[in-house]
Amino acid sequence: MRVSILYFAGLRASAGTEREQIDTACADLATLYEELRARHGWSFAPSALRVAVNGALVSWSHALQESDEIAFLPPFSGG
Amino acid sequence: MFELSEQPLDPDALRLRIDDPRCGAVVAFEGRVRDQNHGRPVDCIIYEAFAAVALAEGGAIVAEMQAAHQLSEVLVVHRVGKVELGDLAVWVGVSAPHRDAAFAGCAATISTIKARVPIWKHEHYRDGGPEWLHPLP
Repeated sequence: MRVSILYFAGLRASAGTEREQIDTACADLATLYEELRARHGWSFAPSALRVAVNGALVSWSHALQESDEIAFLPPFSGG
Repeated sequence: MFELSEQPLDPDALRLRIDDPRCGAVVAFEGRVRDQNHGRPVDCIIYEAFAAVALAEGGAIVAEMQAAHQLSEVLVVHRVGKVELGDLAVWVGVSAPHRDAAFAGCAATISTIKARVPIWKHEHYRDGGPEWLHPLP
């Protein structure tokens, strides 16, 4: 399955890109996160993050689909 | 209404947008960039947002706050891009018939915005390289 990953803030800094397309066999967001976490050396546990698919916040149980645009969002610091 | 702005914020102009003749109370919160954080001297902050999600989530929060606190108008404008020391990073204004609702509604709105809207600080220091702020709960 081919999906796009968007990177923001500190995760963008460590990934070295703001967007990429990847082919993945991962069936769910948690597995995909762990795959990216290992590749980029992220320290955040999944419980510290929010996740968005196609521009909307979703739960970690949200099912992945071909061409989804996925963003793992590190802890917010607005205000 | 929730908005993102790449331009400096003018609180006087923003306050006019929440005027309501039925309201006897207006409360505004001005969040500004301070000159130090965790003991380090701050030079400026560059704010980044995931705009599509920030606008949707911010709009949902405004509607929730209006309903929960019986507010007439709620306006939140958050800066993105470079914000200098002392400049406004976020402005939250609410109007309500009475002051208790306005105070409580304004405080709840800024707290909820900080918790739920995907915006991040890239803090720049005068004593070293910049850092992304990702506070763990």
